[in-house]
Amino acid sequence: MNFALVSVILALIWVVITANTSELNLLLGWLIALAALWLVRDQIITPRFFQKMRWVLALIFLFFFELGHSAIKVAILVITPNMKKHLKPGIIAFPLSVKSDIEITLLANLITLTPGTLSVDVSKDHKILYIHALSADNKEELINSIAQGFEKKIMKVFS
Amino acid sequence: MIVQVFQYLAGGLMIVGGLFSLLAAVGILRLPDLYTRMHAVSKAGTMGAGLMFVAIAVVSFEVSVILRAFAGFVFLFLTMPVSAHLLARASLLAGYKPSSATDITDLDIKELEE
Repeated sequence: MNFALVSVILALIWVVITANTSELNLLLGWLIALAALWLVRDQIITPRFFQKMRWVLALIFLFFFELGHSAIKVAILVITPNMKKHLKPGIIAFPLSVKSDIEITLLANLITLTPGTLSVDVSKDHKILYIHALSADNKEELINSIAQGFEKKIMKVFS
Repeated sequence: MIVQVFQYLAGGLMIVGGLFSLLAAVGILRLPDLYTRMHAVSKAGTMGAGLMFVAIAVVSFEVSVILRAFAGFVFLFLTMPVSAHLLARASLLAGYKPSSATDITDLDIKELEE
């Protein structure tokens, strides 16, 4: 992992967010970036960094694709004349295979963006994720599609 | 010429974005309870606002504006699922019952984190 490069990228993000392109502001951003990197120095040094970046990009692409898909589906649902008939909401218990907090967080956020599903809560022992679904008449299929799709991809990124 | 193409593109994006925002509002009115309403807000609503950001980026022709529109877009998409999830969770823990049509057989409220 190239610290110098990451610190420069973070400094540029700082300049973008503060909307001030003076050299002094760039220097300040760089110093803050170095301080931030120093705080997390143990966590970010991992082998196979670039291979993982590919999985990260695949995950980001999937995220935007699913968001567009689900936005269109919800939009169509709310303008359906007899909406109540098509609506079979339910809360589903999804057994989690991913373990760490960051994986569960990411999975919960991705689920919120997939068509017709919304994460509600995690059980105390972090083994079950409760999901609210707009059409819960086929629970097994829904659980399978999440386990095979998002959960598998997340495991690849973090394994 | 190319400027006009981008302007039409931005106009189109704003119309589609506005449409998604409108449908999110319709969803809030028509859906039966908070949980189903969060579906409409978190998906159609974010899509609408996100498309507006893209429209700004397309029409501005200024690097600083484009980058900041992009930053706004990213932050919107990072925070939206978290807030939708928090609202749903808070109302469940507060004892707000889902609409009567909802299947809650799998839910064990005692297992939820305090």
